[in-house]
This record gives sequence, C-alpha cells and structure tokens, in this order.
Amino acid sequence: MSYFAFLAEHGTTLLLGTVTTIKVLVCSIILYVIISMIFGLMRLSKNPIIQGTATVYIEFFRGTSLLVQLFWAYYVLPFFGISLEAFTAGVAALGLNFGAYGAEIVRGGILAVPKGQWEAAHALNFSPAKRIKRIIIPQIFPIILPPAANLTVELLKATALVALVTVVDLTFEAKQINSITWLSAQCFGTALLIYYFMARFALVPFLRWLEVLAAKKVGRGKA
Amino acid sequence: MEMGFRWDFAYEILPQMLWATLNTIIAAGVGYAIALVVGLFFLLGQRTPFKIVNIINREIVEFVRSTPLLIQLFFVYFVLPQFGITLSAWLCGMITIGLHFGTYLSEVYRGALEGVPKTQWEACRALNFSTIYTYRRIVLPQAFPIAIPGMGNYLVGIFKDTPLLSTIGVAELFHAATAVGGYNYRYLEPYTMVGIIFLILSVPAAMWVRRLETKVNLAQGKIKQ
Repeated sequence: MSYFAFLAEHGTTLLLGTVTTIKVLVCSIILYVIISMIFGLMRLSKNPIIQGTATVYIEFFRGTSLLVQLFWAYYVLPFFGISLEAFTAGVAALGLNFGAYGAEIVRGGILAVPKGQWEAAHALNFSPAKRIKRIIIPQIFPIILPPAANLTVELLKATALVALVTVVDLTFEAKQINSITWLSAQCFGTALLIYYFMARFALVPFLRWLEVLAAKKVGRGKA
Repeated sequence: MEMGFRWDFAYEILPQMLWATLNTIIAAGVGYAIALVVGLFFLLGQRTPFKIVNIINREIVEFVRSTPLLIQLFFVYFVLPQFGITLSAWLCGMITIGLHFGTYLSEVYRGALEGVPKTQWEACRALNFSTIYTYRRIVLPQAFPIAIPGMGNYLVGIFKDTPLLSTIGVAELFHAATAVGGYNYRYLEPYTMVGIIFLILSVPAAMWVRRLETKVNLAQGKIKQ
C-alpha cells in the first residue's frame, strides 16, 4: 500500500483527531494561563496561608507525573462521586499541571520587574490599580513570554497523553489505525509530522509574534 | 463497591508497588545515562565546523523536541519490527527516552559552554594553549557547574516521564498500579500510591537541584534576588 493510498483512506480520520487535539490544546492553554496568574500572584502574597496554599499546590502538581494526575482525574475521581468526561478530565489535568509550572514563571516575571519601577510609580502618586495596569504588567509580558512559549510547546506535546484516557485525539486515532492496519510507520510517522508542523509552523510563530508585540509595547522591539 | 480509601488493600499491595518503584528508578537512571551520552553527540554535531552537519543536527533536534514522547515511543516500538529489528519494550523505552532527552541535554551543554566568557578562550589563545588543553583544563571545569542545574532538572523530568513507558508494556510503577487496579477492580489505592511515591521521590530531588542551583549561582557571583 503506497503512502498516498494510506493518506487517502485514513487522512480524514487523522485530521479529525487533529481537530480534537487543537481543541484540547486551546482549552488547556486558557485554563493554564488563568491558573498560573492566580497562583503566581498567590505565591507572592505576604499572607502565609495564601502563600502556603500556592506553594503546596505548585509542589504537588510539579512533583507528581502528569500521566498519574490524568489517570487520577479520570479513573479515581469517580470513587469520590465525581465523574468527569474524558475531555474534561484531560483538560483539567493538563491545565492544573501546567498551571503549576506557569505560576513559577509568573512569579519570576513579577520579581524581575526592577524595584525602581514600583518606587517611581509610587513617587508619581499613581493609584495601586494604575501602577499595576500601566507600569508593571506591560513590563512583565516581555519577561514571561519566552519561557511561557516553551511551556506552551511542551503543553502541545503533553496533549498526546489525553489519548490514554480515551479522548479521541490525534494520538488516539493513530493508535487505532495502527491496530487495524498494522501500518505503524505510516500512521505514527504521519502523526509525528502533524505534531511537528503544528508546533513549528503554527504555534511557535504565533508565540514569537506575541513576544515581539509585547516587546514593542515597552519600546524594546525593533521598530 | 466499598467507597473511600481502603487501608488494608493499600497495605496488601504495598510490597508489589515498592518493587515496581525500583524498576521505575532503574528505568530513569538508565534512560538518563543514555540521554547524557546522546546529548554529547548532538552537541558535537552542533559544534563541528561543517555547515551541512550543523543544519541537519539542528533539524533533528527541533523535530525530536517538538513531537510528543508518547508517539515517539509508539514509533520505535511498532516500526522497528517492520524493518526486522525486534527489541524488547525495555530497550525501546530506554532508546526513546535517551534520544528525546538527549536533545534537551545538548541544549543544556551548549548553554553551559556559551556561559564561559569569551575572554577565557582569548586568554588561552594568548598563552598558546592547545584546543584540547583549553577545553580540558580551562573551559570544561567552568562550564560544568553551569550545566549542573539543567542536568538535574532533566533527571527529575525523566523520572516523571517514566510512567509513559507503561504504554508499551514496561513493568514499571505505573504499569504495576494499572495491573493491580485492573485485577482487583480498584484504582483508587494503586493510583493514589503511585502519586504519593512520586511526590516522595521527586520533591526532595527537585529541592536538591534548586539548592545546587543557588550554590552554583553563588559560586558564579550571580546571587539571585
């Protein structure tokens, strides 16, 4: 069977799987960005309870394996009467796991804004809200976006794991086709290529564009 | 079915889980050792003066780094037999982990080498040291401490990615938990125990790496915060 015949027969299935992968990716990016901002800020709180909660959360989700968390969300939570759909469980586990890594990036980004900026904003009698919104946040983005971009590419790769809790994504379809046809090189090779193209020619350029945009905002970009 | 955590069941499966943990540690250790060596090869490919080799090396590293480890595992495990190479699940897993994390480690090495100031090279040139002598006595001793935190991070990273090996049938901790869970039709205790074992092993390891990082930064004169 030639490769083109293989694509003609199974291409649509793989593309449908790719659409699910993109859905999982977009949902978990939204979730992880929100979680990292919340816990990144909590980590900087002066209240020991809030800070402690954030530290425990971050250490817990970074300390256990993503696959374990995924299986826990899908197979163990029903024991406690919480039955999540595979898609929801997958997105929740991905979001919570990457949120823990993202929180550390956010924390680092906030700490990296020079102290003088806070003091200057204070000296100019800016209100706390204005200080954060106009002075601090625009400076945080250029710092946190490069590591966040790396993390997001890692997230795209990690979405493959949701196939193991029966989400019908690209990996799941590739495995399925493999078990029917045993054309392993074709189906896993195609899946690898699709992931590669998604990362290299869609996700990474988009994230680079965001980085340039953020750098321009604070006057650091090349015109 | 009984709800809640059954301690007696957890106690019953504990020895089995601990044995499997040993397998996980072995898998992580062997995978890491291979990755360290593979990383050196990718570093070499990147630093050779031949442009073509550099470009091919770069593309391979990019490809491996931007595709999921899980599918790479499937690829190695299912495709090699088509070409008449039949390897055990263990071997496939170790090769894939070594290759995947080798690309990451090559970046760590590169960063460390570039972290050594250029003036060190110029000074060696001025003193008429040979390239090998410069590497051995001047550059590598300075680059190594810079690489340590990154290398430590990937050791923890590999350890946390070993559960993926269960998908191709390597009998490590997660595989054992799934087997025990399926046999008794209770997943609560096995999976929870896997999580706890991972926490017990990886949190101290991660802390140790962070301590090392602070130490290295102090020694380098880069005091954090």
